[in-house]
Amino acid sequence: MSEQTNTNDQPIIRCRDVQKWFGDFQALRGISMDVQIGEVIVIFGPSGSGKSTFIRTLNRLEEHQRGQIIIDGIELSHDVRNIEKVRMETGMVFQSFNLFPHLNVLQNITLAPIWVRKWPKAKAEEIAEQLLERVGIPEQAHKFPGQLSGGQQQRVAIARALAMQPKIMLFDEPTSALDPEMIKEVLDVMVELAKTGMTMLVVTHEMGFARGVADRMFFFDEGLIVESGTPNDIFHNPKEDRTKLFLSQILTH
Amino acid sequence: MSTPTETLRPPAPPGLITWIRENLFNTWYNGVITVLTLLLIIAAINTAVQWFINIADWRPVTEYFLLFLVGQYPQDLVWRVGLSLAIVCLLFGVSWGIGGELIQSFAITIATLLALAALIPVQIDDLTLPFRVFLLGCVLLLYLGFIFGRKKRILGLYLVIAWLIAIALIIFVLLPGISSVNLLQEVPTTLWGGLLVTLILAVGGIVLSFPIGILLALGRRSSLPVVKGFSTAFIELIRGVPLITILFMFSLILQVFLPVGSRFDRLLRALIAITVFSAAYMAENIRGGLAAVPHGQIEAAKAVGMNAFYINLFIVLPQAIRVVIPAIVGQFISLFKDTTLVIILGINELLGIGRSVINADPEFIQLQLEVYLFIAAIFWIISYAMSYSSRKLEQALGVGER
Repeated sequence: MSEQTNTNDQPIIRCRDVQKWFGDFQALRGISMDVQIGEVIVIFGPSGSGKSTFIRTLNRLEEHQRGQIIIDGIELSHDVRNIEKVRMETGMVFQSFNLFPHLNVLQNITLAPIWVRKWPKAKAEEIAEQLLERVGIPEQAHKFPGQLSGGQQQRVAIARALAMQPKIMLFDEPTSALDPEMIKEVLDVMVELAKTGMTMLVVTHEMGFARGVADRMFFFDEGLIVESGTPNDIFHNPKEDRTKLFLSQILTH
Repeated sequence: MSTPTETLRPPAPPGLITWIRENLFNTWYNGVITVLTLLLIIAAINTAVQWFINIADWRPVTEYFLLFLVGQYPQDLVWRVGLSLAIVCLLFGVSWGIGGELIQSFAITIATLLALAALIPVQIDDLTLPFRVFLLGCVLLLYLGFIFGRKKRILGLYLVIAWLIAIALIIFVLLPGISSVNLLQEVPTTLWGGLLVTLILAVGGIVLSFPIGILLALGRRSSLPVVKGFSTAFIELIRGVPLITILFMFSLILQVFLPVGSRFDRLLRALIAITVFSAAYMAENIRGGLAAVPHGQIEAAKAVGMNAFYINLFIVLPQAIRVVIPAIVGQFISLFKDTTLVIILGINELLGIGRSVINADPEFIQLQLEVYLFIAAIFWIISYAMSYSSRKLEQALGVGER
């Protein structure tokens, strides 16, 4: 059904005035954002600006308390079945990988397709092997996460998320926990993914990645979107002083 | 810089003589203490060996060996206990063949214990030659099961079903019997005893308290107030009471609440009490493991659309239980030894049999030490086998750990 409701001009993600509190602290103070199918969005900003919190509200790892979030025609509310439906359509990649340490790489990738999507094991494994090929580590299928490098683990995590064949991919600082020499191998996979037309929301400070593949960029600060625009606008013609200051801080190194 | 080869090697470990001189005789008073301690140890060993060879009289054990094994289970029907053992061995073998390393240490331990029992180098009247051959046959059966399980690669689910059927068959048909069948004449549980009862209570308690403990641990972390409240109250209530009190309570209270005239099997009452007691401790052990699973694991499982049941089953519990295996095994060992407390309900488990044997013959009153040593040895062997197997299990599970 959802395919029919999503014509090209209708956003696949629709957020209206999303607000979120942790106790008395307001982490999100009214975020509105529409994302079209196939768009690559980069979200950046200082720590504590709410960018991770926002991306986590999109698959309800965090509950928003005010406003509206509609993913692929399904509104996120307390209805558990809607939440699980949305999560099936949105893959997420975490800063700390969060692979399941007691399962090998293949099992990490096939667990959800087999039990949530109810695919036969053979089909799930075939797709998993294709994905491992795609992220460049087909030979690691039977190793355990603990035996892999950080970059390899994050690529497995991407494969795990893709195995559910989601319509949207969320990346929450996917390279922040990696050693410098491993950042590139993960970014390469993400660039490749962006080229296939996947809808992606990426929280990152990798400005090279943003410049290369982002369609739009959002600068977050203190729970608000301070500025948004194409990478060209943001890098060469930022309007807000806070954006300029932040960019100068992260780009001077 | 001229001779780097010497400094590149670690210093050689000191020789035995050097070690002794440096650690045991480094001062004159340490030397004196060393010599005195050595004399003491030699004297103690000498006394023990002398007692063992010349004084110890094992007649209470050898004359009543079958009593220690199965209690007053009728001798002409003991084959039913043997058949039960054989079934368990066969299934253990098959499980080993399918489960591989995870079951291996337990299977090998069982086989070793049976073989040791079969080959006891002492003349025991009850331990007849056919009996010894049968025990070795059980070992063979276990091995055949292993070969079968490894070759056939049957589904784990069928194995679980086979286990459930076998256990039900043993507990409800084979051991107690049914009145209508000639070969299976009834043997009331009051006649059961010895190692048989100890093992039934221990294994039954372990097998039943494990899943109940998991449910209670999950319940205690539940967001539903009723579930959480019940689990917490149950755990704290049971943990605040000694096992012996719970045994008394169950034997009295169950009788009060049940309709007049209905009789509730004494052994079953004891088993329920032990299970309830053990489940409360199990829950707290597992809760510790649950707390050790990082929150990111749950988030990652949620993010791929898993529901709460799958998250617990596939992600949280496997990691939680792995962390607490040592604690769980420790608890099983103490449960195994705690089964001796059912003696207060008049159930003749191993220790109870020991006491009745001592009381059976005035001559044996002098031989209490031998009886208790024998019982202690059996408890120690089985407890050690459990802890050894679990260490092997931990090693087998260690693959791919963080």
